[in-house]
Amino acid sequence: MTASSSDLALDVMGLNKAFGGLKVTQDISLSVRPGERRLIIGPNGAGKTTLFNQISGDMRPNAGKIKLFGQDVTRLAPYQRAHLGLSRTYQIITLFAGDTLEHNVTLGLLGLLPSRWQMWRPLSSYRDLASEARRTLDSVGLLQLAEHPVSELAYGEKRRVELAMALSQKPRVLLLDEPLAGLSDSERATVKALIASISKNVTVVMIEHDMDTALDLAETVTLLNYGRVIVDGERDKVIADKRTREVYLGA
Amino acid sequence: MQFWIIQGLNSLSLGGLLFLLSSGFSLIFGLMRLANLTHGAFFMLGTYFGAVALREYSGLSIWVTALGAGIVVAALGGLFERLVLTRLKTNPLGQVLVTLGMSFIISDACLVLWGGDSIPVPTPRNLQAPTRLFGFVFPTYRLVLVGIAVAAAVALYLLIDRTRLGAMIRAGVDDRQMARAVGIPVSRLFTIVFCLGAGIAGAAGVLGGPILSAYPGLDADMLPLALIVVILGGIGSLFGAFVGSFIIGFIYTFGTALVPDLAYIILFLPMIFVIAFRPQGLFGRLGT
Amino acid sequence: MKWFAGAIIAAVLLLPPLFAGDFYVNLASQILIAAIFALSLNLLVGFGGMTSLGHASYLGVAAYLSALLTSRYGFGHGTAALLSILGTVAMAAFFGVIALRATGLGFLMITLALSQVLWGLAYRMSDVTNGDNGITGLTRPAPFGISLDSPVAFYWFALIVAVIAFVMMAIFVSSSFGSSLKGVRDQPRRMAALGFNPWMIRWITFIYAGFWGAVAGLLYVYYNKYIHPTSLSTTSSAEALLGVIAGGSGTLGGPAVGAALVLLLKNYASAYIERWNMLLGLVFLFIVLVMPTGIVPGVHKLVERLRGRSS
Repeated sequence: MTASSSDLALDVMGLNKAFGGLKVTQDISLSVRPGERRLIIGPNGAGKTTLFNQISGDMRPNAGKIKLFGQDVTRLAPYQRAHLGLSRTYQIITLFAGDTLEHNVTLGLLGLLPSRWQMWRPLSSYRDLASEARRTLDSVGLLQLAEHPVSELAYGEKRRVELAMALSQKPRVLLLDEPLAGLSDSERATVKALIASISKNVTVVMIEHDMDTALDLAETVTLLNYGRVIVDGERDKVIADKRTREVYLGA
Repeated sequence: MQFWIIQGLNSLSLGGLLFLLSSGFSLIFGLMRLANLTHGAFFMLGTYFGAVALREYSGLSIWVTALGAGIVVAALGGLFERLVLTRLKTNPLGQVLVTLGMSFIISDACLVLWGGDSIPVPTPRNLQAPTRLFGFVFPTYRLVLVGIAVAAAVALYLLIDRTRLGAMIRAGVDDRQMARAVGIPVSRLFTIVFCLGAGIAGAAGVLGGPILSAYPGLDADMLPLALIVVILGGIGSLFGAFVGSFIIGFIYTFGTALVPDLAYIILFLPMIFVIAFRPQGLFGRLGT
Repeated sequence: MKWFAGAIIAAVLLLPPLFAGDFYVNLASQILIAAIFALSLNLLVGFGGMTSLGHASYLGVAAYLSALLTSRYGFGHGTAALLSILGTVAMAAFFGVIALRATGLGFLMITLALSQVLWGLAYRMSDVTNGDNGITGLTRPAPFGISLDSPVAFYWFALIVAVIAFVMMAIFVSSSFGSSLKGVRDQPRRMAALGFNPWMIRWITFIYAGFWGAVAGLLYVYYNKYIHPTSLSTTSSAEALLGVIAGGSGTLGGPAVGAALVLLLKNYASAYIERWNMLLGLVFLFIVLVMPTGIVPGVHKLVERLRGRSS
């Protein structure tokens, strides 16, 4: 993996983050190539979500660099990274519960558009935004619920909305934080199919706690434990690696 | 030279008073995440209590009066906390609004009960004679006030740092849910801390009486000072409240003496600096 | 249903100048001013999720600026109004930068502290503001040569301004910016991840709310022809906040209704009870404990329930 930064979709170098005396991220480095499907695994408390938070900008690392397609984003705020093509979903649902599905996705579309600053035309008058939102909902099979408030949806459906919102921004790098958590078997199959169908223009980095479910979606795997990278490489090699077994069996 | 010494001592005594006032506010905010806007009114209630009591019973000691006022205000605070604040656990904005409402009620009640004129609080007779030190003359009472503030700071520090109650308070400040999970009676702790904060404010009101007098609007004068001290010193830090109180005491006293028209702006400036460059305050432990 | 409500509101607004005596017309003007003020505060509280206890800053400063510019520096009303609004908006921009370093309770405390500083300044800087005496002998403007001295004429003026304010705020709230504001109120992190700049959205709203607060301030000083430091007091900010919460911060019109109620209460209560502040405090406690979402949503729910039962 000696590709230079500008060839990489996401290049994380020497990331360190500590809360008081607790070292949550210890010298983590990651290189993700464009179009790659990377899975980040590790037991609870390994520091996976904290890593995501630093990549998306929700947290500032104490040391290290993050580059998005060669551009240094370490000092940029989350909204600025969104404009550079970074999208993410969260472990907990952070949708707008009182609003309709269509409104939720429309907001997602608005985030990157200059018309988000406009103060005189009602949002409902943007016909093309509305139809784009409906098209996005259709692509995840939820068009029939477009007028329903998010609060009425089942958990699996909310996850699909989240995914739809993230994808509607046509990101270059998509971070998925435990997208399959808490889903029933049938919901899981639907979401997995959705993730599998994401275009190769999008680089996907996924966190999953449960290895078995997400493995077939991954090309490469990074194993974290205690805030460090333990193993990193092609999926089959990482699974076979004895260190992986040690981490999961607590040896 | 005497001018600078006097202003310096005035600054220290105001700082001491401010510490007594804002320590309670800081504790309440730190533990209960509540901006207790009644705090100025609690202080004023104490001042009125002291003024009226000492006017009626001239033989009464100011220290006993302060203790009495502290207990009465603490009891009032406790009633308010139990009857009103606990019902608004899920509505933090509502909690702030009722403390505001309560401050209006208390300040108007004082107006009804004791009229619109300011009532002076006499300095205790045995402290009226000035002290001579290093060739300068100091008003004795103000010296004593500084001493009381330091003693209170030490007492509070020992309470928070060395006692079991203090340990529970610290746990509650750091992580309320965790504290509840390990069996700390958080609800009862809230009442205790609220009473403690209110009581200290009430007692401080009496002690501040000889310097400030009891007058309508005292609460509105003191509350923003407490706010600025806590913003400056940092929420959840008693040490920050201590340092902040004396900084504000100095700025306010010298400001009023040297540039009376602009004293409020001068107060304003350290607050702006702190918020601009260090929003958690000088020693704060919580993000606002 | 909406047409019916609209017709009633129009009737209520048109009644005073046509049928009522001077006292009631003046009261109605005061209600309009309080309504604009409360609506401007609700841009922050209800739509922005930022509770401010210092909104009187904008009303008071605009009022004082206009008073000083017209009475002491000889400016005409038109220029004075423009300069007052510009000055107040600039101050709002500055205050916003400071206050938005925090959110929630920290924001509340900072807005309170800032407005208290202004209040203190108004009292202390007596060579500028006349301190506790206030500034008297002010005049009302005469737009297009029409005098506003009669109660009815002033009412029409205030009504026109109020309608413009309401319409403009309604447009603001339903625009894409307004939607992004509500989004930032509900899920700031998600909005940032989607590419919205939460700080900038809040700051712009803060300034806009200050703008309408300044407009209310100008109407206030024109109506009273007098300005006093109490206009900058926490009581003044608290009354507006009570109006917002009593009326319902979740709706556009609720705060106007709440402000009307607070003003009516103040007027009638002060005839019987001397202690308005105490009553205000008790009403605060009552509303927060008993009707936290406000009167307008409460009535709405009641109407819905009645309609549900009959259908």
